[in-house]
Amino acid sequence: MKALKIIVLAKQVPDTRNVGKDAMKADGTVNRAALEAIFNPEDLNALELALQMKDRVKGSTITILTMGPGRAAEVIREALYRGADDGILLTDRKFAGSDTLATSYALAKTISKMNDYDVIFAGRQAIDGDTAQVGPQVAEKLGIPQITYAEEIVDIKEKEIIIKRRLERGVEVVSSTKPVLITVHSSAPDCRPRNAKLMMKFKHSKTVTELQDMSEDYLDLYQSRPYLKIDEWSVNDIEVDDAALGLSGSPTKVKKIENVVFNAKESKRLTAYDQDIDDLMKELIENHTIG
Amino acid sequence: MDDQEVADVSLELLTKAKSLANKLSCKLEAIVLGTDLKDVEKKLFKYGVDVVHVGDDKSLAPYLTLPHTKIICDIFTKEEPQIALFGATSVGRDLAPRIASAMKSGLTADCTSLEIGDHYVKKTDTTYKNLLYQIRPAFGGNIVATIINPETLPQLATVREGVMKKEIFDEGYKGELKKINVNDIIDDSDFIVKIIERHIEEKKVNIKNAGIIVAGGYGVGSKQNFKLLYDLAEVLGGEVGGSRAAVDAGYIEHERQIGQTGVTVRPKLYIACGISGQIQHRAGMTDSSMVISINTDESAPINGIADYVITGDIAEIIPKMIKYYRKNSK
Repeated sequence: MKALKIIVLAKQVPDTRNVGKDAMKADGTVNRAALEAIFNPEDLNALELALQMKDRVKGSTITILTMGPGRAAEVIREALYRGADDGILLTDRKFAGSDTLATSYALAKTISKMNDYDVIFAGRQAIDGDTAQVGPQVAEKLGIPQITYAEEIVDIKEKEIIIKRRLERGVEVVSSTKPVLITVHSSAPDCRPRNAKLMMKFKHSKTVTELQDMSEDYLDLYQSRPYLKIDEWSVNDIEVDDAALGLSGSPTKVKKIENVVFNAKESKRLTAYDQDIDDLMKELIENHTIG
Repeated sequence: MDDQEVADVSLELLTKAKSLANKLSCKLEAIVLGTDLKDVEKKLFKYGVDVVHVGDDKSLAPYLTLPHTKIICDIFTKEEPQIALFGATSVGRDLAPRIASAMKSGLTADCTSLEIGDHYVKKTDTTYKNLLYQIRPAFGGNIVATIINPETLPQLATVREGVMKKEIFDEGYKGELKKINVNDIIDDSDFIVKIIERHIEEKKVNIKNAGIIVAGGYGVGSKQNFKLLYDLAEVLGGEVGGSRAAVDAGYIEHERQIGQTGVTVRPKLYIACGISGQIQHRAGMTDSSMVISINTDESAPINGIADYVITGDIAEIIPKMIKYYRKNSK
């Protein structure tokens, strides 16, 4: 079978699952520094399905694409350690403030500029917004079909790909021709761990910006090993309408952010002692809340 | 549609949309796509729907992204609605972003509240009148954001099942039926994705309508410990629910998740066990008539909205509750 060209869309996100008490500053704004930046969990599931596809179809390649600040290059390295072939960091101040529509516009324009592709994988949603919009919107902008909530690759044929989808109350098996964009659900297999050999190979991979802080010894190494170069693209590398980027390209605006305030009720405080529990249950039975 | 029934979430959205339409003094219209839809409009008019667009064709069930997107975009382009709402179901969350991208309009996912209001921009001294305020918790639930789309129409939002209340507007309300000529809009190119197999299970649990809910969070500690919650729920005649953290940890199935990205419930009694109570969770249970929080952490946020706070270990407390109830209920 002809080798497949696979793109995986991934995002670096603040770990909102482990928000500690220091996550909010005194003025009510979010303290991003207190949150660890991680590989969005469902994007790791997406990477795993891409790797399975690469395992099944010999000669296939995986390019990981991420949009974000310079430090998001970490996501690309993580993917290289697990078996991706190369990556592109899309980074530019002009992307700041993008909502899902402006983000998908930038990603779709980047993909159009890349080589041909057969399959695009992405996580269903990112944990910092839970919108699940970017995948379908990229597919729409590229004019290709989408398969959302993928859980398993059932079959890969010359002309079509067969995918099992996880719905809220069941599953569906669908086929699509290529190219297609597939968003991956958390019920798909967990991503394989880092491969020790690949870690050795790629641990010194860097973007152009990261190179600036490196010593001359490193630059010699970098010159002799072309795979260490992580592509870094900016607005200048893609053909875009600047007005469709960032804040100006985002139809949704944040009108107001409110810190969560408790309208604390007058709670009755009880202990675990028998008497307290018995009194509570007695009261609930008497006022017909239970029973 | 949910099999041959109109999905509950759609009726809930029609109820909310009717109140928004009344505020804006505009019409409420509904779009139904599927097959064997004879008389479906009769089920909708009583929610105050002025126009029901029905696309009835074998090719439209089960749902496929591309044909549904094309038909709805076609109607949006002709009718130019100000606001369009979608249920945040697996269908709605597949369809709405595709439509938003095609219409180049803004979409807010999983809103917990929708209101009408104005927006003033100082820089340009412009006031936008009667916008849809799309309100949702954001950033791990530490903040609540109000989102607007001042420049683009339609203003799009998805809402989870149970967040809005379903209420009949007027039993005798009469609207208009408009048939969609499906085959004038879609063609073979919209059927690139084909369904090979489908297994949809019956809805097993119905926590949305339960009168008593015993819900557990990450603090329950394990799937085994959840057994205690099932015991208590069984004795009291209630259902068991869980927070997202408990679902993510694999303690309980997703179907029982309560909160912004799960189900919204309004029981007369809500017993929160080992739930810290982030806003996404509270968004799904804050209308409970009575809340009891059992938690080892005295300062858990959920305690702020609880009527009773029991500080201690569920493994000790729940058996005592069961024991007393068995002995003293009739």
